[in-house]
Amino acid sequence: MLPCFAVGAGFIVLFEAYQTDSFHDEMFNADGSVRPEASLLLETLQSLEEGHLQRSQRAAERMLLQMGITFNVYGEAAGTERIFPFDLIPRIVPAAEWERIERGLKQRIRALNFFIDDIYHDQKILKDKVIPEEVIRSAASYRPQVHGINPPGGVWCHITGTDLIRHGDGELYVLEDNLRVPSGVSYVLENRDLMKRTFPEVFEGLRVRPVDDYPSNLLDTLESLAPPHRGEKPVVVLLTPGMYNSAYFEHTFLAQKMGIPLVQGSDLIVEDGFVWMQTTKGPCKVDVIYRRIDDDFLDPDVFRADSLLGVRGIVAVYRRGNVTLANAPGNGVADDKVIYSYVPDMIRYYEGEDAIIPNVPTFLCWRDADRQHVLQNLDKLVVKAANESGGYGMLVGPHSTKAEQDDFADRIRENPRNYIAQPTLALSRVPTLIGDKLEGRHVDLRPYVLYGKNLQVLPGGLTRVALRKGSLVVNSSQGGGSKDTWVLAGGVNGH
Amino acid sequence: MATETRPLLSRVADSLYWMARYMERAENVARLLEVNLHLQLDLPLDGNQWQPVIDTCGEAPLFRKLYGEATQESVIAFLAQDRDYSNSITSCLFAARENARSVRETISSETWEHVNGIYLKVLKQYAQPAEDLSPEVFRDLRLAGHMFQGITDATMSHNEAWHFVRLGRQMERADKTSRLLDVKYFMLLPSASGVGTPYDDLLWSAVLKSASGFEMYRQSRGKISPREVVGFLVADPDFPRSIRHSIARAADSLDVIREGAVCDSVRLLGELRQELDEMDVGQMINSGLHEFLDNLQLRLNTVSAGLQRDFFALRPQTQTQTQTQPVGGE
Repeated sequence: MLPCFAVGAGFIVLFEAYQTDSFHDEMFNADGSVRPEASLLLETLQSLEEGHLQRSQRAAERMLLQMGITFNVYGEAAGTERIFPFDLIPRIVPAAEWERIERGLKQRIRALNFFIDDIYHDQKILKDKVIPEEVIRSAASYRPQVHGINPPGGVWCHITGTDLIRHGDGELYVLEDNLRVPSGVSYVLENRDLMKRTFPEVFEGLRVRPVDDYPSNLLDTLESLAPPHRGEKPVVVLLTPGMYNSAYFEHTFLAQKMGIPLVQGSDLIVEDGFVWMQTTKGPCKVDVIYRRIDDDFLDPDVFRADSLLGVRGIVAVYRRGNVTLANAPGNGVADDKVIYSYVPDMIRYYEGEDAIIPNVPTFLCWRDADRQHVLQNLDKLVVKAANESGGYGMLVGPHSTKAEQDDFADRIRENPRNYIAQPTLALSRVPTLIGDKLEGRHVDLRPYVLYGKNLQVLPGGLTRVALRKGSLVVNSSQGGGSKDTWVLAGGVNGH
Repeated sequence: MATETRPLLSRVADSLYWMARYMERAENVARLLEVNLHLQLDLPLDGNQWQPVIDTCGEAPLFRKLYGEATQESVIAFLAQDRDYSNSITSCLFAARENARSVRETISSETWEHVNGIYLKVLKQYAQPAEDLSPEVFRDLRLAGHMFQGITDATMSHNEAWHFVRLGRQMERADKTSRLLDVKYFMLLPSASGVGTPYDDLLWSAVLKSASGFEMYRQSRGKISPREVVGFLVADPDFPRSIRHSIARAADSLDVIREGAVCDSVRLLGELRQELDEMDVGQMINSGLHEFLDNLQLRLNTVSAGLQRDFFALRPQTQTQTQTQPVGGE
C-alpha cells in the first residue's frame, strides 16, 4: 500500500493494493512517494469521482473504433482490424531527462548516418578494424545494390523511431534503432488527441509539450530532400503497400495530415528516367517518395523479383538523383542486432564521444565464448534473431518452456551469426487501468527523430505497454497497447 | 489566376466514384424496403408486394434459386443481409467502406468516420433475424445516405475529388430511379389504360415515396396520375432524384473534371443530357417506357465503361525499363 493517500473514495478504489513490486515505477518512487513530475497528475486523479476514469476509458475505445484507428493483424483473415488498445494514464518524462534523451538520440543517429554512408562508400570503419568486415557481409539486411549512391545531403536516416527502455537500475537504454520504416507515430498524435477529447482535466496546470506539429515537420523534411531544380513546391508522395498492411491507418493518417497523395506501387511508373504517378490528367512527375515499403519489395529489378508492391526501375531513378527515397534503401544494415552492438563504437569512431544513452549489454552468439554463455543461460536471457523485428523470432528465457529453450539452442548452434542474447530487462512500469483498478504494467518508449537539413526530435513518443500481467512484450501484435507520453516543458513542473 | 490544384490519382478517382455509388445503392435498397414495409399494411392480404421488389433490383432468377418464394423475410434477408449477394445493403456498405478506406487521405475525416460508423452500426443491427428488423433500420439508412451527401458537400472542397463523388452518386441515382419506374410501370400497365383498382393511387404514391418525391410531386403536379408520375421521375428539371436532374448534375461534374478535354464518356453523357432536356414525355410513353428505360440503363453502363477508360485505367509497369526514350504526348 502506498503511503501518500489522504484522498477521495474514487482514488482509493483505483489505487487499492497498488504495488511497485520492486520494479522501477514511472509514477512512484521505491518508497511509495509520488515522483515530483507526476504529483499534479496524481492530484487530479485523486479528485475524480468513482467510475470517472473507467467511463473515459470506454469513451476513448468507442472513439477509436468509430474513427477507424485500427491495425491489421498478420496471420488472421485478410482485413481483420483491431483497435490498438489505449490506456488513459499517461507516462510522464520530466524536462531534464528529455533534454538528455534528445541529445543522446541526435548523437546516435548522426553516428548511424555516418556509418551507413561509410558502409555504402569507402568502408573506412571496416578498414580501421572497428567492426569486423564479416559482420557486415553476413548481415541479411546489407544491400550491396545501393553501393555508391549519394542521397541528397548525405542523409540516409530521414525518419527514425528508436526504442528506449528503462531498466531496474533506473537507467534508460537503447533497445533497437529502427532505421528502416519505423511506424507508430500516428498513435502518438492520435493518443494525444484522444486524451484531450476524453480526459481534458488531467492537463490542468501541466505544461505538456505539444506534438501536433510533427506532420508539418515531416513534410518540411521530405520537401528539403527534393532533387535540385524542382521548384518551390516539390511533389512529395507517401508509398504504401496497401490497405491490408498492418500500418495502413498510419499511412493514410500521415498522408492526410501532410496533404500529400497516398500512392501504391501500381500508381507509379518509371519512364524517361523519372518516376511518374498516374492521375486523371495523365502522368505527373514525383520528386520525393516517403516509402513505407520494405527494401525487399521496393523494386523487382533490384531486390525481390517477385514483388508486386513496388515500382520497377525506381532504384535506377533514385541512383541518378532524379527522385529521393526516404528512408534510403540499405539502412537496415544498421538494424541488424549484431551490428547494433557496435553502435557505441561507431559513436566513438565518427564523433569522438562516448554514447550518451548506453546500449543494452549484448552477447553475440557467433563469438565462441558468448555462445557458450548464452547456451548455458537460456532460461535467464532474452534471445533474438538478428534480423527480425516486431517481437517475432524471440525467446524470453524466464517465461519460456524447456522445449522452447531447446529449440532455440538448436537454432543458435545451426546459425550462430543470426542470434544475439541480452539480459532479461526489468522494464519500468506505469500505472495502467486493468478492470476497475490500476496495476503496474511494463512499458517502453519510442521517440521519433527527423533528419533533413538538421536533426529534430519530436517531444513525445510512443509509450507501448504490455497489458498482460507480467508480460515484457509490448508489440501491438502480441497483446500490447499504448499510452500518451507527456514530455514536460522546462520550469516549475518540468523537473 | 487559378490556383494550382493537386493532381488526383486515377486509382483514387476510381475509388471515390465507387464509394459514392455504393453508398447511393445501399440507400436505394433501403428506400425500397422501407416503402414496401409500409405499403403492405395498406394492401389486401393476398397481394404479394415482395416479388416486385426483387424484380426492381433485376435479380429474380438468382433470388428464386437461393430463396424460392418472395416473402417479407426472404426478401429482407436477401437484399439487406446477404453478404454473399454483392448488391445487398451490407455488401454495398462494405464495398463503400473499403473504397473509403483506400482514399482516407483524400476524403475528409468526417466523411470517413460517417461511412465507417454506418457500416459498423448496420453490421450490428442487421445481425438479427430478418423478421426482427423494424422499418426504422431502413429509415436510419436513408437518413445516413442524406448525411453522407451533406457531409461530403460541407466538408470537402468542391474540387476534382468531390466531383468524382458527385458523379458516382448521380450516375447511381439515375440508374436506380429508372429501375424503380421500369418495374412499377410494367406492373401497373393495365390500370394505366383505364381499368383501375382502388389501389392504384396507393401504389403510385409508394413509387413516389421510394424516391422521397411524394410531397414535391404534389406541389408541382397535384393529382396522382401514372403519366404525371413518370414525367416527374424521368424529366422533372428540379426534383433531385429525377433522371433528368441526376444526369444533368453528373454531366456538370464531368464537365469540371475533364477541363475541356474531349473523350467518350463526356460526349455520351452530354448527348444523354440533351435528349432528356428536350424530351416529350407523352410521346416517350406512347412509344414505350420500358424500351426507353432499358436503353437508358444501357447507355449509363456505356458511360461508366467510358469513365473507366478515360480516367481510371492504369498503365501497367513495363517489363523492360525505358530510361532514355522520351515518351511523348504528356
